[in-house]
Amino acid sequence: MKIDYSHYPDAHGRFGDYGGIYVAETLIEPLAELTAAYARLRDDPAFIAELDRDLKHYVGRPSPIYHAQRLSKKIGGAQILFKREDLNHTGAHKINNTVGQALVARHMGKTRIIAETGAGQHGVASATVAARLGLECVVYMGATDIERQKINVYRMKLLGAQVVPVTSGSQTLKDALNEAMRDWVTNVADTFYIIGTVAGPHPYPMMVRDFNAVVGREARAQMLAEYSRLPDALVACVGGGSNAIGLFHAFLNDANVAIFGAEAAGEGIATGRHAASLAAGRPGVLHGNRTYVLCDDNGQITQTHSISAGLDYPGVGPEHAFLKDSGRAQYVGVTDDEALAAFHELALTEGILAALESSHAVAQGIKLAREMEKDKLILVNLSGRGDKDVHTIAAREGLSL
Amino acid sequence: MNRIDTRFAELKAAGRKALIPFITAGDPSPNGVVALLHALVESGADLIELGVPFSDPMADGPVIQHASERALAHGVGLAQIFGWVGEFRKTDTTTPIVLMGYLNPVEILGGERFARDAVVAGVDGVLLVDCPLEESQAAQAIEAAGLRRIFLTAPTTSPARLAAMCEKARGFLYHVAFAGITGANRLSPDAVRERVAAIKARTATPVAVGFGVRDAASAAAIAQFADAVVIGSALVESLAGAGSAQAACDAARAFIAPIRAALDAGAAHAA
Repeated sequence: MKIDYSHYPDAHGRFGDYGGIYVAETLIEPLAELTAAYARLRDDPAFIAELDRDLKHYVGRPSPIYHAQRLSKKIGGAQILFKREDLNHTGAHKINNTVGQALVARHMGKTRIIAETGAGQHGVASATVAARLGLECVVYMGATDIERQKINVYRMKLLGAQVVPVTSGSQTLKDALNEAMRDWVTNVADTFYIIGTVAGPHPYPMMVRDFNAVVGREARAQMLAEYSRLPDALVACVGGGSNAIGLFHAFLNDANVAIFGAEAAGEGIATGRHAASLAAGRPGVLHGNRTYVLCDDNGQITQTHSISAGLDYPGVGPEHAFLKDSGRAQYVGVTDDEALAAFHELALTEGILAALESSHAVAQGIKLAREMEKDKLILVNLSGRGDKDVHTIAAREGLSL
Repeated sequence: MNRIDTRFAELKAAGRKALIPFITAGDPSPNGVVALLHALVESGADLIELGVPFSDPMADGPVIQHASERALAHGVGLAQIFGWVGEFRKTDTTTPIVLMGYLNPVEILGGERFARDAVVAGVDGVLLVDCPLEESQAAQAIEAAGLRRIFLTAPTTSPARLAAMCEKARGFLYHVAFAGITGANRLSPDAVRERVAAIKARTATPVAVGFGVRDAASAAAIAQFADAVVIGSALVESLAGAGSAQAACDAARAFIAPIRAALDAGAAHAA
């Protein structure tokens, strides 16, 4: 049976077996209120016009599609195209979602914004929209991530946000999400929780996808206008999976477009030091939804590793779990070393410093291009720029700046 | 008849209120858990909530987070916990035990296997914090095995939802005293009184109140209108420093005894 991917999730927030609402009772009603408010707004022409205005004049949309001719020529296979989300205000796709959720927050009369962040991109994007709307903003960030993303921490502070270090558990993104959820359950009356990825309880995986889906809608129209055809393959990196679902969603019913998600294979999946939830995990329940998770036989969530803080997450958005099981998308691992090599290749051939997260997608795009004919088109989501990662890369190469 | 139902029926007949201590299984140490359970009963516990440690306890405050981390550092898992409950049941066949935790460890073991092992061990009820009423895949196996599935109610629960929960409630309902995490200091007995009255107007199922109950005074205040009082974080905190199994038992007794006395004094006063 042919699946119509535009029909998901169902009314309970389920993507097939995945998604749903797995939270403590206190949050059930606030989530129902959010679901109702968002259902009203998503079809409201005034809200859509307001969002489109912000995306155009504040974020800088549409982002271009760029044909990486030198890189493609050097690889000698298919043509590599980049959707340039790195050119957005604040330097990544994350702003598409925070602009949208901040408008929802304002319509709901909330005065305080909270967010979790891993690499700091979502924290910066949240602090940015909070500053613009005059809302208080608190960002939870793992103590380990604060150490490796100092520039973004300072950016958030410059934007007036309070950054709270999270010292529980593994002190990374998953623990920041736990702590933000604890804040939300405590301050639910006046606080709006802007989740940064397509995970969490319903309606977040749907709402965050919808706000990022502008990437794929634009890309699809741009491909038809500029190349008179759809791409043969899409590639995006997958941590929680928001930039990936953002690119993929408009193409899910285009059966001839192959779809690849690049997960962080860290030091290699066989070493156990990775964050490839889809490639190496199993179905479970984490952070309010049923999805693939990395856990041990006792059901305890395991520590993950990736050179990129933004992919260092032991779960994944439930829609990706669904796309994996249905076979519509393939999820493959890209190691730290492969991502770094792609980072340098792109810098030297095209003059673009990609984020380490996005470099995983670039690496997978290069691999695919080698296997495909020269007249094929591969569209890679360049989800963020790499300025924030310069220190990490230098340190790895034994330099101190 | 399930031990939980028997226990509440006995308490009601005696005009007493239930004292429900919560401890994290395997904390402060995996050695002496069974002795600790017995010490809780000897000093006045009517029912015990045994926390299943989880790596990502989203609804818990720092005290129970740290207890979970300590237990997990010792590798505590469901198999060991079932073993401890089975050992406890050899000499205590009446005190109900409710396992409280998060869904993922149950899902990974498998709902049916979990339910079967729990029944064999002598568990009586299960409270899964992140498994609400509507998400019932694992829950079906739990109910089918004859275990009581304990639901949480919250200050934010809508009237329609509360009605649905009261309809399904078995064993007891656990009312969360305030919107927040375990161990927070936000308890306001007057606000809770109204909510409990609203729940009791809809169901004859006993109502327990937890979150923020710290000592004899707060327990007695809650017991004026609730059927049961749950004390978790304050107890876990009092056990945390215990250097030996014996010390943990002594700390538990010292913590529970005055609360038991306050509840019984309140009941006698009401009579």
